[in-house]
Amino acid sequence: MESSELKRSKDSVNSCESARRSSFPDEVLERVLSLLKSHRDRSSVSLVCKDWYNAERWSRTHVFIGNCYSVSPEIVARRFPRIRSVTLKGKPRFSDFNLVPENWGADIHAWLVVFAAKYPFLEELRLKRMAISDESLEFLAVSFPNFKALSLLSCDGFSTNGLAAIATHCKNLTELDIQENGIDDIGGSWLSCFPESFTTLEVLNFANLTSDINFDALEKLVGRCKSMKVLKLNRSVSLEQLQRLLVNAPQLAELGTGLFSQELTIREYEELESALSNCKNMHTLSGLWDATGIYLTALYLACTHLTFLNLSYAALQSVELAKLLAHCPQLKRLWVLDTVEDKGLEAVGLNCPLLEELRVFPADPFDDEIVHGVTEAGFVAVSFGCPRLHYVLYFCRQMTNAAVATIVQNCPDFTHFRLCIMNPGQPDYLTNEPMDEAFGAVVRTCTKLQRLSVSGLLTDLTFEYIGRYAKNLETLSVAFAGRSDWGMQCVLGGCPKLRKLEIRDCPFGNAALLSGLEKYESMRSLWMSACNVTMNGCRLLAREMPRLNVEARGGMPRHLSLLSEMLGTRQTENH
Amino acid sequence: MEVNYENGLNLKATELRLGLPGSDEPEGQTTPRPNKRTSSEISSSGLTDDGNDDHQASAPPAKAQVVGWPPIRSYRKNCIQAKKNEVEGGTGRYVKVSVDGAAYLRKIDLHVYGSYPELLEALEKMFKLTIGAYSEREGYNGSEYAPTYEDKDGDWMLVGDVPWEMFISSCKRLRIMKGSEARGLGCV
Repeated sequence: MESSELKRSKDSVNSCESARRSSFPDEVLERVLSLLKSHRDRSSVSLVCKDWYNAERWSRTHVFIGNCYSVSPEIVARRFPRIRSVTLKGKPRFSDFNLVPENWGADIHAWLVVFAAKYPFLEELRLKRMAISDESLEFLAVSFPNFKALSLLSCDGFSTNGLAAIATHCKNLTELDIQENGIDDIGGSWLSCFPESFTTLEVLNFANLTSDINFDALEKLVGRCKSMKVLKLNRSVSLEQLQRLLVNAPQLAELGTGLFSQELTIREYEELESALSNCKNMHTLSGLWDATGIYLTALYLACTHLTFLNLSYAALQSVELAKLLAHCPQLKRLWVLDTVEDKGLEAVGLNCPLLEELRVFPADPFDDEIVHGVTEAGFVAVSFGCPRLHYVLYFCRQMTNAAVATIVQNCPDFTHFRLCIMNPGQPDYLTNEPMDEAFGAVVRTCTKLQRLSVSGLLTDLTFEYIGRYAKNLETLSVAFAGRSDWGMQCVLGGCPKLRKLEIRDCPFGNAALLSGLEKYESMRSLWMSACNVTMNGCRLLAREMPRLNVEARGGMPRHLSLLSEMLGTRQTENH
Repeated sequence: MEVNYENGLNLKATELRLGLPGSDEPEGQTTPRPNKRTSSEISSSGLTDDGNDDHQASAPPAKAQVVGWPPIRSYRKNCIQAKKNEVEGGTGRYVKVSVDGAAYLRKIDLHVYGSYPELLEALEKMFKLTIGAYSEREGYNGSEYAPTYEDKDGDWMLVGDVPWEMFISSCKRLRIMKGSEARGLGCV
């Protein structure tokens, strides 16, 4: 790799305008630009002129690659010589729902090999939906002596042995964040692999693991890592063990408990309550598996400053939730199961005026006979009480156009509106009409909308509305909706900021696919499965747009599954 | 309501049909409707494809058969499944056992036993009584005792009629009947 001085003198020779343009030396420009954190700003900066392009690339320390197939690691390393932190995303989002075959790709190893050669001082690696093996984790652990932070979200291909390698070799580790991965949990004593001298851990999240951990090792680890801010335990940690951990870590800002259900004596209960309330900095609480009313009371004193409460693994009833929320006046983000029902959501509306984000997950999504859960009434109740609401993920079994119109009238600032009516193609249950007007109201009223997931019975009209009004929309998810190519054409023709479009089981075909040719270069990805696209359509697309990655898979009965990862090479730095 | 000429002459407007006013029944659609099995459903359930139209009249498919729907991540799905297993008798399946005339009830873990003979032997030992052998035609005829159980629907059934696995998942409690009532069960 060329030294920085040599590179810069070459550049200034090449650019005869640089002497005129640069009013200050490169070093100063780099210094200034190093303060820029936003990728979009950096992308804009890099387009100003050659000097700025170079200053930007020399000052960039974090690179974000939203689609690992959009660029090669060699190109990244050539352009950005001083990277300390990498974020990489791989598989399409629908792989979370088993729609992508195994061994599809997105393997990290080739990237690690290049990084080991070009970025020996790499400190952070954050991966989402990538495949990573134990061998790769071991390679990572021994190749980067300064390595500090590893975050794996929705990844797969590794086991707890890989975690053991990280614990063993990464002497400067501050963050180990393992979330919702397809991990081969063979237990083992990976936690014991942290050396006795190791004290730097600040973030430890192993909530994802199902096997028992070595509690003794954990207790000692937490005890000696005085800077630990985030600790998220797995189910195997009991209430009594939790109390012992908390006594040694009152500084925690984010806590994920283990199983929140155990027979405790009065004294043990009081000790737990005391340990929890001593965590004066705690703003995020999660875990709470199987929490029931009796033990939730232990949380009351600890919830005063809570801003994020994740109850999505605790099947609470409405009364239990209401009582708990009365102690959470500062709540901004709340995740619950639909066992709380509409009454529980009414309590949310009454107790949480500062709420910005609500996610309601289904406790029993695959059972047709369930008649409980939440309805449109619960959502409406929250909207009346929480005007600042801007992020919602809502799983329900019935909805009406009128309710959604009311909701967005109360909360016009939605940036993320993800509504999942669980029965595919279900109409407004009162009027039996399509749900077109609901989403029409959303896109018309919520001008800041960035992300939208639609559901229910939808005609092309929904997509006409989206194309016409959703001018800030970046991500759109569609399933079992639409009538004809026209719907998809409206979206592709109308949403200027569209980046990610994922479609399944819709009657959109080649005409729709090919209508977006101009659009695809500015998008990160398009997914279409179980639609009316044919292999010929895909071939035509690939021929017309040679710079796009187009992948098409046959084999799904009746329809072609088209998976397209499309990104022009320009786009690497944009996201 | 907008008149839609997308499909040519809007003959639909002149049609007589059953349906609520304002409802729009799409025809010849390739969009899967709730009561049609999509091919993804068929493939995941392992059945051969009979063609969608044959299934139009059948009951709506269980949601579990639509691959990847509702869109819930694997981790959460696994938690739900694990919980179901627990509730329906995954690990540890304790049920109460009462014997007519006994002062108090006992509890046993059905999962400890692999078959009916094992269970019956254990019950015999626990309560010091003889139940005897099961026959399909005559139940426990000849015995003073008849083992019965309450199933999910609340009905009292004779132990032994259904396959063991089915018994384990549906048995809520056991009652060992005694005397004439018991003998009556043998010859219904």
